[in-house]
Amino acid sequence: MNPNYLDFEQPIADLEAKINELKHVGEDNESINLSDEVSRLREKSHSLTRSIFSDLSAWQVSQLARHPQRPYTLDYIKYIIDEFEEIHGDRHFADDQAIVCGIGRLDGQPVAVIGHQKGREVKEKVRRNFGMPRPEGYRKALRVMEMAERFNMPILTFIDTPGAYPGIDAEERGQSEAIAFNLAKMSKLKTPIIATVIGEGGSGGALAIGICDELLMLQYSTYSVISPEGCASILWKSAERASDAAKAMGITSERLHELGLVDQIVAEPLGGAHRDPALMAASLKQQLQASLQKLTGLADQELLDQRYQRILSYGAIGR
Amino acid sequence: MSNWLEKIVPSLARNDEKKRNSIPEGLWEKCPKCESVLYKPELDKTLHVCPKCDHHLRIGARQRLNYFLDEGSTKEIAADIEPIDRLKFKDSKKYKDRLTAAQRDTGEKDALVAMKGTLEGNPVAAVAFEFRFMGGSMGTVVGERFVRAAEVSLAEGIPLVCFSASGGARMQEALFSLFQMARTSAVLEEMRVKGIPFISVLTDPVYGGVSASLAMLGDLNVAEPRALVGFAGPRVIEQTVREKLPEGFQRSEFLLEHGQVDMIIERGEMRSRLAKMLRQMQGQPAQQLAD
Repeated sequence: MNPNYLDFEQPIADLEAKINELKHVGEDNESINLSDEVSRLREKSHSLTRSIFSDLSAWQVSQLARHPQRPYTLDYIKYIIDEFEEIHGDRHFADDQAIVCGIGRLDGQPVAVIGHQKGREVKEKVRRNFGMPRPEGYRKALRVMEMAERFNMPILTFIDTPGAYPGIDAEERGQSEAIAFNLAKMSKLKTPIIATVIGEGGSGGALAIGICDELLMLQYSTYSVISPEGCASILWKSAERASDAAKAMGITSERLHELGLVDQIVAEPLGGAHRDPALMAASLKQQLQASLQKLTGLADQELLDQRYQRILSYGAIGR
Repeated sequence: MSNWLEKIVPSLARNDEKKRNSIPEGLWEKCPKCESVLYKPELDKTLHVCPKCDHHLRIGARQRLNYFLDEGSTKEIAADIEPIDRLKFKDSKKYKDRLTAAQRDTGEKDALVAMKGTLEGNPVAAVAFEFRFMGGSMGTVVGERFVRAAEVSLAEGIPLVCFSASGGARMQEALFSLFQMARTSAVLEEMRVKGIPFISVLTDPVYGGVSASLAMLGDLNVAEPRALVGFAGPRVIEQTVREKLPEGFQRSEFLLEHGQVDMIIERGEMRSRLAKMLRQMQGQPAQQLAD
């Protein structure tokens, strides 16, 4: 098993291992020319990847969205945002490292950036609380967004969380209120907001930085009201049925776009964002610029009216 | 239990017997806290508050609004809208069948009832969650009715009062239900901007997507005694933090202590105290003249 590959990618991993082996043999032994064989296998690996990725189940997409090597908010910031400065703390209690906030420029245009942040190594994972914010994280996000509003800076948010942190301290400090307050306040911020689901869009903890004028999803990201495992353990009485739950809830970008809940899908490189983060970031940057272009010309009131109508239209009945 | 003890403490034996016997359908209800068996017509008089231990029993949405609004003043809002199974959701049962069963059991079309009426003579919009309808979960009908009630408030400049009792968002409507958090919060922010009062009354229990949206956005957040209110359920928290939860965790009293709710009001005083505060908030005279 190669940990860089998910279960369903193992045939690709096997081929890649074979390719590497052949390359080594070729390097060690100049009398044999294996380059034809290597390029034949490369071609095969490529088409195998293409075929596996052409028909992913919702559950497989969900695993990709949580892939340990998937680019996180700070990775995209590095590629996309110039002059980035991080802003820490909610000015009341703490600096929640599960949410990253800051200001910088998107192709010259000053912007504020807010995003969930997961960690890569054990220590960082813990420091980032696995991307699960506490109330102070949401309050930090809101105060930075309100500052952005004052200085006419559009807001870009990057969503990537299993959910808001379910802990005793989070409850004591008003996790519910922190999320609810963001939902309410973001609906009337007088500056464009573009939200992008880059990995896991986990429920209220995701939505709390997800109120927006345009909602983007990376191709293999997910957005759902509860994790597939959570849904399965409640409705099927078994977390083992997560793949059924993932399918039933329709958590993929493709399905949510069909349902009219997502505006744009940003295509990922073959094999997923983590196979070519630079390419992924470049396409995301292009889409963000295009989305921003549409929104910057609007007068404040027009922007707010449009956002209000948009929010009220979600799942509306008989209006 | 031995006979000699029965002779000394006859009441003890009687209590024990009551516990063992099943409670006859219809006329009796057991208090979930002190386990006293209570006579239902008596409970109606106490607004379903246990006369023995003061426990506030869960009550249905319609009954709640009947207790709260002036008699004969009510008109239902968006009564005709019905749930739509947009995702054709199926788990061990079809969502459609779950809906039909819930509708049959509760007599409601979905988990929120919305009304316009008067409170001590003043016009208000009021909504209440029906917890028996799929755990009071918020799907698109709940969102729609809440928004419609808020729109009545906005159009007529009258306050909105919400009695929440919900396990959270309705999984069977997936992202549509999550986005009802956005809808209800947006319409409440519109009310806030316009200066129209919204009072959120938290009744046992309020969790998840309902607590993390409309229920925490009151100009006043009021709780009934001992209601369980939180973002994540106690079991999920226990599994995450692997610690024992503190005594009284997520009860109204805990929330009050941690600054999450503004006050706790007993059911019997809910009408008069909310009416009084709404008069203050709307700049009306202190005493309503008797009709």
